[in-house]
Amino acid sequence: MGLLSKKDAALIKDPLFDNNPITIQVLGICSALAITAELKASIVMGLSVLFVLGMGNVVISLMRNIIPSKIRIIVQLVVVAALVIIVDQVLKAFAYELSKTLSVFVGLIITNCIIMGRFEAFALGNGPWKAFLDGIGNAGGYAIILVIIGFFRELLGSGTLLGFQVLGDPIAKTGVYALGYENNGFMLLSPMALIVVGLIIWVQRARNPKLQESH
Amino acid sequence: MAINTDKNSYTFIFAIIMVVVVGALLAFVSSSLSGTISENIRLEKQQNILYAMGVNNNDEGSVEFISTSEVAQVFNQYIKKQLVIEGDQITEDKEAFLIDLKKEAERAKNGEARRLPVFIGEKEGKTFYVLPMLGKGLWDAIWGYVALDDKLVIQGVFFDHKGETPGLGANIKQRFFMDDFTGESILKNNDIVGVKVIKGNNDPLNNDKLDNEVDALAGATITGNGLSAMLSDSFKLYENYLNSILVQ
Repeated sequence: MGLLSKKDAALIKDPLFDNNPITIQVLGICSALAITAELKASIVMGLSVLFVLGMGNVVISLMRNIIPSKIRIIVQLVVVAALVIIVDQVLKAFAYELSKTLSVFVGLIITNCIIMGRFEAFALGNGPWKAFLDGIGNAGGYAIILVIIGFFRELLGSGTLLGFQVLGDPIAKTGVYALGYENNGFMLLSPMALIVVGLIIWVQRARNPKLQESH
Repeated sequence: MAINTDKNSYTFIFAIIMVVVVGALLAFVSSSLSGTISENIRLEKQQNILYAMGVNNNDEGSVEFISTSEVAQVFNQYIKKQLVIEGDQITEDKEAFLIDLKKEAERAKNGEARRLPVFIGEKEGKTFYVLPMLGKGLWDAIWGYVALDDKLVIQGVFFDHKGETPGLGANIKQRFFMDDFTGESILKNNDIVGVKVIKGNNDPLNNDKLDNEVDALAGATITGNGLSAMLSDSFKLYENYLNSILVQ
């Protein structure tokens, strides 16, 4: 990976930060709100999208010269749906527990607009290696934001991280709960995820004025 | 490559080939894996039934089933009888745990008699009656197993779901929620009423075991209501049988 040219490295790095699919392009918001109430779900979703987008981008890129333009969206949908179903079936057979954790995400992956967006905007016009890097980069950018949101929502909403009670026991009143701290149940609901996304966007644009749109 | 990809004929041929290839691929994957998958589902049902009657590898806070390699044997060891209730008839059926509750509910809708499985287990000299149940959550199906003793006090439960929201409704399968049900009576003035999931009750630690209530999950109102409905509906189905095992 150290041999990446500057251009190729940018394919991965840009979507992680300055061209992040969630905070800059505002894509994939629906799943970012729906499943980030706990950190574990955010990580699992991030990895699933990483896999599907990386693979899907390569497949679409390999087929880019033979896909009829009139039905290209349908072809893209078929590719992503087939990939997701195959992954789901294989997991059900060989990693049953993991497949149950993923069940709710499978449908969300197929409809994730980042995936269709990258197929359409990048994979159709670039070679497989570039498309792969672009897929990994964008899915990575998506995953980073999901993990940040999941971290704050789980920490402030449930007082846990990955299921561990890091702030003490809220019922027995140990740790910070002994000082009168309470979990904020509102953090568990999707509106707070939107507010967290907004805060991330604010911080990011405040640090990098180039990202601010002029009005 | 000089293919004119805009031609209608090309588009049609491409679409047909794509559908056939993808269809064949998916059919191949599905049929070659279906054996392993149904075996997984079979073992999971046995694990769930055993879990409800307290046969599991739980440590503090975790949900640990009997491992898949030994569950079949443990199941035969603890589950003494598998009954199927069909109307007034009660028969024994060694494969009762494979009964699909959803299909049975559809049969009941069509006016046919519904088959209701009961698993009778014994642990440390005590008899457990494990009832399977199926209901609706917010997004999709929820289901569970409830183990009762002969005083109709819940001895343990296991709940699961297909697609409830992670962190909210999905928490019905967490220990802190399921453990609250243990010790709750499903009787009120000798009527079978079930147990309700209640918001804002005055008993969050669940010390009162006779109130037919457990504390709800924050942010999971509809899942909780679905669970309450599942419990009361299912106990109603089993009402005659439950009254027959009840020791006053």
